[in-house]
Amino acid sequence: MSYERDFTVRPEPYQKQQEGRAHRRGTIDRNFRRLGFLLTLATLGILGILLLNLAMNGLARIDWQFMSSFPSRRAGEAGILSAWVGTLLLMLVTASAAIPFGVAAGIYLEEYASKNRWTDFVEINIANLAGVPSILYGLMALGLFVYQFRFGQSLLAGGLALGCLVLPIVIVATRESLRTIPSSIREAAFALGATKWQAVWHHLLPYSTGGIATGVILAMSRAIGESAPLITIGALTFIAFLPPAPLISHAPFVSGEWLFSPFTALPIQMFNWVSRPGEEFQSNAAAAGLILMVITLSMNAAAILLRRRAQRNITW
Amino acid sequence: MILNFPKPLGALICSVAVLGQVALAGGVVKIDGSSTVYPITEGAAEDFQKETGTRVTVGISGTGGGFKKFARGETDVQNASRPILQSEMDAAKQSGIEYLELPIAYDALTVVVNAKNDWVDSIQVSELKKIWEPAAQGKILKWNQIRPEWPDKAIKLYGAGSDSGTFDYFTEAINQKSKDSRGDYTASEDDNVLVQGVEGDKYALGYMGFAYYVAHQKRLKALAVEWDEKKKPATKPSEEAVLQGVYNPLSRPLFLYVNVKSLEKPEVKSFVEFYLKHVETLAQEVKYIPLPAAAYVRVKARFEKKECGTAFAGHGDMAVPIGEILDRPLTK
Repeated sequence: MSYERDFTVRPEPYQKQQEGRAHRRGTIDRNFRRLGFLLTLATLGILGILLLNLAMNGLARIDWQFMSSFPSRRAGEAGILSAWVGTLLLMLVTASAAIPFGVAAGIYLEEYASKNRWTDFVEINIANLAGVPSILYGLMALGLFVYQFRFGQSLLAGGLALGCLVLPIVIVATRESLRTIPSSIREAAFALGATKWQAVWHHLLPYSTGGIATGVILAMSRAIGESAPLITIGALTFIAFLPPAPLISHAPFVSGEWLFSPFTALPIQMFNWVSRPGEEFQSNAAAAGLILMVITLSMNAAAILLRRRAQRNITW
Repeated sequence: MILNFPKPLGALICSVAVLGQVALAGGVVKIDGSSTVYPITEGAAEDFQKETGTRVTVGISGTGGGFKKFARGETDVQNASRPILQSEMDAAKQSGIEYLELPIAYDALTVVVNAKNDWVDSIQVSELKKIWEPAAQGKILKWNQIRPEWPDKAIKLYGAGSDSGTFDYFTEAINQKSKDSRGDYTASEDDNVLVQGVEGDKYALGYMGFAYYVAHQKRLKALAVEWDEKKKPATKPSEEAVLQGVYNPLSRPLFLYVNVKSLEKPEVKSFVEFYLKHVETLAQEVKYIPLPAAAYVRVKARFEKKECGTAFAGHGDMAVPIGEILDRPLTK
């Protein structure tokens, strides 16, 4: 019988071999840990060097004058007021377009749509869309939003273009994060008589907020650095006035005029300065880069905070 | 936990759609086009807005991209680093747009080598062509392939990236066909990269805008250019040479195109007036080369009389003295 052999004392070489294997496995494990640590360090190091380089060139340039001045041909008088306001407003439009559409599409594909060839096709296409060069989104937005819908070369058109650009990221993140919810949660909800809508709205969506927020962070971080699609739809480089205020003194007290305002954004301003002769413009560009990093980081920090709060209430 | 979306959101979106478009109708001068002309126009826009409060916007879509918008009537003024082409003239004609062609300054390209380079002071256009033409790719790799007495060392080439006006202009002037170039060189849209490249390599050769050379002239050596085909003597790039029309083919005029219909808007008219009044100082400030005073007088006269059309009849031959540009009959 075969099990009899299991009780026999194993010959020496075999035991040694086993010990050797255990030792080797341990070594591989330790080596991978070291390698991983080094690679992480390298990644952080590159980011650190980048930040340090920007800070060395640009930190001295950042002051109230820089934040509150319009572009100028004199590097010392130039500022980024129209650029940072433009970037913030763009992100507002982008987020309000990409988040509801992306999350809704993600929920539909994950929870409602039946799995068939059609949804497979949609799925493949969404994955592909995430890799399409951003300039193509600019061309699409130029034809559709600027000319067809007559939004003009406006914040609305720019924000929607960036919204389309990051939509796949939001959809994929929503789906991934819905997928991590155990199906027992869904089954429990259905067992208690909940409709699909109730299950989604009361359970799945709140539980997946963390994952969705991560996707949104990634999406916004990508959108904020884009300049090619914005230039394609006609974002400006020199603009020395701000969009009209969203709040007005007479009824209905809110105004959408700003959505139709021409605009510029931080990456465009940076790009313009980088390609100008003279060191002064280079430090302007570095300073604008730092501000862009600060905006990105604080956006991300806000999203991470929201995510923490959303996750705190979840236990299962 | 239940997510609550604010109810007014829907109402807001609806009202926004209604309110749009009406906005910003009044008083914006819209300019787009070449990134080469941009610094001058930016200066004019900045000062004009400070002085009059009129809003001016300037974009950088490139000369070609800008002409597309200009021919559709979307912009009032077009920055151009080359004359309007036949296809662009046709497009403008189709949408019924007439335009003024106003030369405003000169741009010059400079061929540069390392400051330690002691074997070359002057280069022929045919030699530049031998270096930069597409057929040179992978073949012309050493200095002594161009002139036997030059060193038997690898030549390191630096030039403009293919998206820049500098690239279009250099290839047109040297290789006779815009965008025709060898590809195996260090290309950058950012002239600072080129300055650093040539500065750090004794066997380098590159080309860049005159303004960039002037900003870094202590670190680089500019070559005189001899237009051997037209039997023109070697000429060092300088303001005087460009103005006398002898630094050819590497200097070119820059233009403003103004939509004649836009001139009915008082803000556009006064902006162009302001521009022409100050362009000489502005061009100097951003290290371009202003036209001779007499030429500016004629450009202003052209603007006041609203003489429409182009002096180039749709082809981009730019090695023309400024006097001749202003003398030629205009085609619409």
